[in-house]
Parts: sequence; structure tokens; C-alpha cells
Amino acid sequence: MNQIYWPSVFFLIFGALACGFAVAVLLTANIVRMAFYLVLSLAATAGLFFLAGQDFVGAMQLLIYVGGTLVLLIFGVMLTSQERFVSMKTMAGDWLIGLGAGAALLFLLVIAATSVPNWRGRDAAEVQQMQVEKTAAPIAMGLLGARVDQINEPAQANIVRSGYLLHFEIVSIHLLVVLIGAAYLARAKRKPASVPTT
Amino acid sequence: MGAFFDQYLPTWLAYTLAGLIHVGLIINLVAVGALIFIWLERKISGRIQDRLGPTRVGGKFGWLQTLADGMKLLTKEDLMPEGADGFLFRIAPYVSFGASITAFIAIPFAGGDYPWIAQRVNTGVFFVIAVLGLEVFGVILAGYSSASKWSLFGAMREAAQVVSYEVPLGMCAVVPVLLAGSMDLVVIGDQQAGWFTNWFIFNDPATFITFWVYFTCATASVNRAPFDLAEAESELVAGFHTEYSGLRWSFFFMAEYGSMFSVSILASILFLGGWHGPIPIASLLHVDGTYFGNLLGCLNVLFKGTLGVAIMMWVRWTLPRLRIDQVMATCLKYCTPIAAVMFLGAALWQYALPGRNFFGLSRAPAAVYNVSEGWSAGANAAIEKSAPVETVNAESPTPVAVVLTQSNRGG
Amino acid sequence: MDSLLTLANLLTEAPGVAHFMAVGAVMFVCGALCMATKRNALGVLMGIELVLNGANMNFVAFGSRQLHNGGNFLGLDGPLMALFVIVLAAAEAAVALAIVLNFYNNHDSIDVDRADQLQG
Repeated sequence: MNQIYWPSVFFLIFGALACGFAVAVLLTANIVRMAFYLVLSLAATAGLFFLAGQDFVGAMQLLIYVGGTLVLLIFGVMLTSQERFVSMKTMAGDWLIGLGAGAALLFLLVIAATSVPNWRGRDAAEVQQMQVEKTAAPIAMGLLGARVDQINEPAQANIVRSGYLLHFEIVSIHLLVVLIGAAYLARAKRKPASVPTT
Repeated sequence: MGAFFDQYLPTWLAYTLAGLIHVGLIINLVAVGALIFIWLERKISGRIQDRLGPTRVGGKFGWLQTLADGMKLLTKEDLMPEGADGFLFRIAPYVSFGASITAFIAIPFAGGDYPWIAQRVNTGVFFVIAVLGLEVFGVILAGYSSASKWSLFGAMREAAQVVSYEVPLGMCAVVPVLLAGSMDLVVIGDQQAGWFTNWFIFNDPATFITFWVYFTCATASVNRAPFDLAEAESELVAGFHTEYSGLRWSFFFMAEYGSMFSVSILASILFLGGWHGPIPIASLLHVDGTYFGNLLGCLNVLFKGTLGVAIMMWVRWTLPRLRIDQVMATCLKYCTPIAAVMFLGAALWQYALPGRNFFGLSRAPAAVYNVSEGWSAGANAAIEKSAPVETVNAESPTPVAVVLTQSNRGG
Repeated sequence: MDSLLTLANLLTEAPGVAHFMAVGAVMFVCGALCMATKRNALGVLMGIELVLNGANMNFVAFGSRQLHNGGNFLGLDGPLMALFVIVLAAAEAAVALAIVLNFYNNHDSIDVDRADQLQG
């Protein structure tokens, strides 16, 4: 029997956590528990990102997604959590159709994912030989317009590689717009102070 | 450590053993640290209020007082309110405590070629700040599941406060990253080797101010007075832990002291040289990089961390608590703009006076340790290829410019 | 069915892109079902987050060199797209939350089935 490959064990643990809590999010009716399970699922996803060798994305996932977005989401849950909204049951018909469609979709996706030979894992010994790649700096260079991973490729004439500078700027502007928009939408509405009756 | 055991034991046993030892050390650091800090806090608050604090238990200074408190907490009844959400109520303290000790995984206690660190993470600064931010979930869950208005108010305040303060905290932490050219905490610490003149806090006026902004934001993000709105006892009874008692309550406290300790250690590594003291004792004794040298470094880090915690206590017993709108104003109107401007200032200073430190007065020593990100040669080539990058070099206030500056210096 | 067997005997093999994609697929399907079946507006929002994460998992897996067994490799595009997804998800959550709170203020409810004023 082959030796056990330990990173796979951690993959199984984190993958099971991510999938299990995702299913729990789906099955729970209580909105606060849903939020809690979602947090655990996304944190386990961050663990999977670390396992895939993408430290920077994993840390970002923890910082922005789990630490920022989900706190915001739970904030929303707490602002609107009244007795009657905490558990809203889904109708049985919805469940039936949903589960049927979901199972079909899942089957299709998994079959598609496993049918490409190149997407199966490398040889375990080969992976252990590979160097741990530093991820932060190449990503930063990419955002600033320099693709360090494509330097050695033959330069295609007349194609200017801009990296992701433009996208980065667009996202920045987008975030600014969202910030202002969200503040505008959620601002405290002043009730029209007792309309003067003239 | 795993590699060391691997010579004598089967692989899986070796790494499990190494992992257990690391985890045991970290949990003990947090637990024993909390014991000492609670005693310290009582003594310090006593002295500030012109009284003695605990004096009896354990002989002279009452230094066993916390242990006695712990015994009392263990024997207390574990209460749960009737309307509480049982599962979430029970799990909340452990969420907080788990986040608090997880941050220590990526914190180094000594550097050099064989750093004392449980798991060296490539993006250490980021990781620690991200994990510390997760502590808020325990508080939110506790506040919600207690089915008490006071708890819910405390949790809402905490959520708003922590999410806001992560912004200036992250911006301040990026400044040392800019100077060191790496997000690896071990590298950041080792860049400050030597005398205290090499510390990043004294690098230029901008970093000097950044340190104080960082310390303010760190105090706020771990919910210490004057920012402890989540447990404001004058308005909210005890805030999010109103309904907790016994051991669960003490887990919240251990989490709080643990994260105070970790932000203080992070401050010491980012700005105060970490394991490189004001006087380089280890290199004067020629024990650099040996076990003894690392031990000195570790003691150095722990001392600086404890000092930071003591300052937080001093602040707590000196300043009155802020109002919630004042807390938010401090973050959004003062800390964030100051941190942004200081980031710009540090970048410009670095651009104008490269290779100098101690407010530009002395020449920085040649880097002792290699800080290259492994592909810098390629990166430099890329910069030469794409001209627009040069123009955004040092002035760009975006955090990504950090790494660019580093690769320009040719690391 | 033969292809499904690649997911088995994982203990002795290194995980590959396919394994990450399977995890991503489960998260995606759960998220999509959440969006379809939940009546709480915030539950729908959580479904969206799950869907985005399932997609993100694929980007990260394709951008990771150690998961590939030859063939085309996405390189830096993978993590960069994942970062953009994370950032835009934060933006999306902020706006959606603002809308939900507005809806709650106006209708005193966060049941998405009650938002039928435009139905005529």
C-alpha cells in the first residue's frame, strides 16, 4: 500500500468542513445559525486556499470576506431579526424542485470536473519536490500592470500586456461608488416632522 | 521541529508530535499570560487609584490571586438564560478564544535562520490581523444568543467598532511592510537587527506617528478602554458577556488578554525591533543565531509585548470611556486619514532618502538577511519592459506599491 | 462513472484541480439552492456569497501550479480574478444590505415574497 499523503488528509478535512457547512447553510431555517455556518464554511475555504499554495488569496479571504463582509451580513441579520423572521420555513414544493435541480447540477459539475485528465492531481512525490511559491509580490505586480509570470514567454508582436492595472482602477472606482451609494441608501430617514396643517 | 523528530520517528508521528508541542506552547502562553496579566492589571489599577490591590493570596504581592479567582470561577454554576439559543450561546466563548490563539501561530518569537515560530506564513502580517478580526464573531454570537437587550447592544457596538478599526489598523501595519519589503514577520523583524536606531519606529517622522496611530487602533480593535464600548458597564450592565458566568465567562477574558498580548507583540515586531533589543546583547556576546541567542530574543519579544499590555492597562485606568459616536469619529475622522497620510509620507521619505534610517541621520546597515521574494530579477525585467509602472512607483498610495518598492531596491 | 473514481483513493494521492472543483461545485449548488428556496432576503444574500465562493475555488485551483498535471495553466490570472471576486463580493454585500434595510424600513418585513409591488 502506498504511503499516506498528509496534505491530502488536510484537504479532506477542510473540504469536508467547507461542504458540510455549506449544506448546513442550505438546510437550516434559522437565519442566525445560517450566518454562523456560512462563516465556518468560508473560513474552511480560506484553509483550502492556503493548501492550494495561494497564501495571499487565503489571507485576503479571511480579512475581507470573513472578517468584513460577513460581519456586515451578521450586522444586517441582527438589525432585522425579529421573532417572525428568524425562522422562515421554505415550502415543501420548493424543496422538491430545488433538490432535484440541485442534484442534477451537482452531478453535471462533478462529472465535468473529473473528466479532464490534466485536472487530476500530480504525483505526490513530484509535488513535494516543488518549491513553495511566494504569492504576494507577483499579485501586486500584476495589479500594477507587470505580469511576472509571463516574462519568459515569447513576446507576441503588437500585443501589449497591461496586466490588471485597468481592472484595478475600475474596481477602486467601483468600491468608492459603492461606499457612497450604500451610505446614501442606508442613511437614517428623517420622518417628515408632523406636516404643518395649514 | 517536525523535521527534527522525523529523524527518529515515523513521519506522521513526528509531525503530529511537533504540532502538539507547538499548540501546547501557544495555549500555555495565552493561558499563563492571562493569569499574569490579570494579576498585573489589578496591581496597576490599584497603584493608579492609590491603593494596594491584591496582597494576601500566595505570599507577598498576592501573585496567586488570579489562580484563586480561577478556582472560584470553576466552581460557579453555569447559567444560561431561558430564551437563549443554546448551541450558539455555548460555542461563542470558544470561537473568541480560538481566534485569539490562532493568531499566535504566525507570530515569531525569535528570528534568524531558524526562527521560533509555529508556522512561518508568507503573508504573516496579513494573516495575524485577519485572524484577530475573527474574534469579533464570538462576541457577536454571544450578544445575539444571550436573548438580552444589553448583550445585543454590546455586540452591535463591537461589530461596528471592530470593522471600522480594521481599516486604519491595516494601513498602519502596511508601513513597516513597505520599509521591510516583505509581509513575512520574521523578515520584518530581522530587518531591524542591531541597535535601536534601526527600529522602524525611528526610521522617519512618518513611522514614528504611525506607531502611535497603530497602538490606538490596536487598543480599539481588542476592545480595551477607552474604547470598550461593547462592555460599557455604566450603560450596558456588562455588555456582551452580561449573561455569562463561570468558565465560559473566563474564556472571554482569556481571549481578550490573549489578543491584547498578540497586538502588542505585533507592534513590537513591526515597529520596535521584535527580538532585536535596544542594545544588541546577542551579537555583542557573539551568540547570534544560537539557541541561547534565540532565547534572549524570545525574552526580548515577551518583555516588549508585556510592556505594551501594561501601557494599555495604564491607559485604561487613566482615561474615561468615549461615547460611541466619539469612537467612530476617532476612527473615521482622525485615525484613517492620519494613517493614509503617514503611509504616503513613509513612501516619499523612503523614495527621497533610500538606505538611511534613524530619521535619516545614519546609514542603514546592509541587509543581514536576504529578503528577496525569489523572482526579483524577473520583476525588475518586467519593470523595465512596462514603463508606466515606474511613474506610480513611490507616490502611489495603494498598498501594492509596497512590494514594487522592494523589488526596485533589488532585494 | 469511471471519471468519478478519480475522486476516490485521495489519501495516497495529491489533490488536483478536480478535487477543488468538486468542493467548489458543492458550495455552488448549495448557494444556488439557497438563493432559490430561502424566503429571508438575507438568506438569499448568503446564497450569493456561497455561489461566489464556489466560483472562487475554481479560480484559485486553476491558478495553482502544484494542482495541475500538465496542460494549460492559468498562472497569475487565477489568484487575481479570485481577489477581484472577493473585493466585488464585499461591494455587492454592502449594496444588497442597504437595499434589504431599506426594504425592511418600508415594508416592515424581509420576506422576499412580499416584494411584489411591481407585479401590477
